[in-house]
Amino acid sequence: MRRRWLAGITMAAVLGLAACGGGGGPAAPTGQASGTGGGAKQQVEVFSWWTGPGEADGLKAMKEIFEKQNPNLTFFDAAVAGGSGDKAKALLQSKLQADTPPDTFQGHAGAELLGYIKAGDLEDLTFLYDELKLKDAFPAQLVEQISYQGKIYSVPVNIHRSNILWFNPSVLKEAGVAAAPKTIEEFIAALEKVKAKGKIPLSIGSEWTVTHLMESVLLGSLGTDAYNALFKPGADWGSADVTKALNDFAKIMSYAGDPQDDWQPAAAQVAEGQAAFNIMGDWAYGYFHNPPEGGLGKQSKTDFDWAPSPGTEGTYMWLSDSFTLPKGAKNRDGAVAWLKVAASKEGQDAFNPKKGSIPARKDADAALYTDYLGDALKDWSSNKLAGSVQHGVAVSQPWLASINESVGLFIGTKDVAALQKGLVDAAAANAQ
Amino acid sequence: MARKGGSALRRARAWLPGLLLVTPSIIAIGVFVYGMLGWNFSLAMTDKHDEVSEGNFVGLQNFVDIWDEPRWHLSVNHAILFTVVFVLGALVLGWFLAFLMEKGIRGEGTFRAIYLFPMAISFVATGIVWRWLMNSGQDERAVGLNRLFDVVGLPQWAWFRDQDWGMAAMAIPAVWQMSGYVMALFLAGFRGIPEELREAARVDGCTEWGVYRHVVLPLLRPVTLSALIILGHISLKTFDLVMAVSGKQIITDVPAVFMWVAVFDFHDPAKGATIASYIVLSVAVFVIPYLIWSVRKERRS
Repeated sequence: MRRRWLAGITMAAVLGLAACGGGGGPAAPTGQASGTGGGAKQQVEVFSWWTGPGEADGLKAMKEIFEKQNPNLTFFDAAVAGGSGDKAKALLQSKLQADTPPDTFQGHAGAELLGYIKAGDLEDLTFLYDELKLKDAFPAQLVEQISYQGKIYSVPVNIHRSNILWFNPSVLKEAGVAAAPKTIEEFIAALEKVKAKGKIPLSIGSEWTVTHLMESVLLGSLGTDAYNALFKPGADWGSADVTKALNDFAKIMSYAGDPQDDWQPAAAQVAEGQAAFNIMGDWAYGYFHNPPEGGLGKQSKTDFDWAPSPGTEGTYMWLSDSFTLPKGAKNRDGAVAWLKVAASKEGQDAFNPKKGSIPARKDADAALYTDYLGDALKDWSSNKLAGSVQHGVAVSQPWLASINESVGLFIGTKDVAALQKGLVDAAAANAQ
Repeated sequence: MARKGGSALRRARAWLPGLLLVTPSIIAIGVFVYGMLGWNFSLAMTDKHDEVSEGNFVGLQNFVDIWDEPRWHLSVNHAILFTVVFVLGALVLGWFLAFLMEKGIRGEGTFRAIYLFPMAISFVATGIVWRWLMNSGQDERAVGLNRLFDVVGLPQWAWFRDQDWGMAAMAIPAVWQMSGYVMALFLAGFRGIPEELREAARVDGCTEWGVYRHVVLPLLRPVTLSALIILGHISLKTFDLVMAVSGKQIITDVPAVFMWVAVFDFHDPAKGATIASYIVLSVAVFVIPYLIWSVRKERRS
């Protein structure tokens, strides 16, 4: 009998611990980290959603540099699995509300962090930018787009590009399309030609990939300046130009194949020659190119090829993973040490070739970035910049949720007027 | 005096340990179930539409406003479609399995275990498996059920990616999971019907079908009602299965998923609480009449 009681109490204690620790496992006690016990290693809890092939390797490479530079600190990987961080963000939300933040967490640089900033969850990192002269290291337009009221709250560790048109050269050849379409009109004509050959003109994944497609069509149809103006105060989402862009989007969507489960199977349809085009961010390159354990093992330029999405040549629609310093971090010094690694040339050059992205710094070692990444690095230094909607640069989380809702309803109704009304309402309710 | 005090002590001895035993759970349920429910309802009646603002009392405003949203109508319709397919499917399949068992099948224990087993699996695990089984890939990309359909020459289907009937497909794994449990309920019901009643009916010249129609089915009514209540409330608050199969997409949006999106994506606590209140109320519509009915029945007997 007594043993059963004991078992019950132990069980309850374990459950309680698990609830508090957020599934931290045996390495959870970040509380110890604050105590500066003589010589004991302090732990830095780094929260991210990098658990997939490529991204986890990049994080590991950065971790090694961090532990070499900081022998008295240990890196605790608090990554939560799940593409684009849905589950990680929900867990983070509860941790922040309970005032038990991780020492540093990953977030998309830009407006996505606005909610955390307004709630007073993040420390201003301007001091770090001054100390490390980061304003010179990052492009000026990037620094401007991630600043909020003159302060900067995150350190970008990489840059991804979202406006990429991936295509299958042999499917295009078969359909008589000479080269990647440069304008929306050429794109629609090319889609029609592919359709006539009986292949899928455009592959599409789950609902967020449709929003991803829409941001590229908006940029391609409106042009960079008009697109960027949509996210400034007083923007007019109800204009005739936006109507035209959304009609283009509806027309392009009419060529889309059956929706796949996520972006990977949709991208694979292009690489395997069932579909001609797919618009997806440049993380697709790693998926196409990597050996079969994590990727498709395809040859670039023969099995798949790329171009800026139609109408967007000369513009780099960017997104960036970045790290922050939450207020009340248990091990603030350790977190700052991590941010210094994330901001450094060495850290970014270790992380990015593995993750399949380019560094945010202008002084990175260009020799490390070849094939697609070489193109990307070249464009990054010369192109105009636009912020991605789906990936948290241009709009805050509630605004994005409203946009996704309108797009999700549009997939069912195909009603362009209702879509535009939804976008107008979303902008009115969430203008920053 | 001393004797009286002694009897009070003796009486206390009779009820005190029992009270002490249940007090912690009464307190815990009071705080974590009813307290939280109350908190949720009071939050739903404020205008706390972001995490930082304080929120003022606005009465039933949120409850009315949500009916202006096309997405809310969509998710309610989805929940109804899901409930109808799931409850009917599980009742019919569960009844049929119990019927077969009752007819006397060899190795009944084994079959019972097999059919009951899915209930031991969490909806999340079920969802992960069915996500693959109901993959929308067609032709050479087909996997799971679509591959099977391809092989036997049946038309392939987009399953839960079908705009109109996707929610009906979503109910299939739920039927798979719960019909074994319904079978167990019905089997107990069948076994509870005295053989004499059936014999009497047969003597009176009833056909075998007539025995079921006029004797067995009416006596199964209480079991059917219990099954309906259990399935109905599971169905209305369904969340984990939908998230595991399809994620938070509009095409399979149900109120519980909408609630998650409202709280974690829209960062709108009041809206999330409003949806949660509606879910609780809809479950109450099922459960409260059942409770009243069973209390009355107990009094009658």
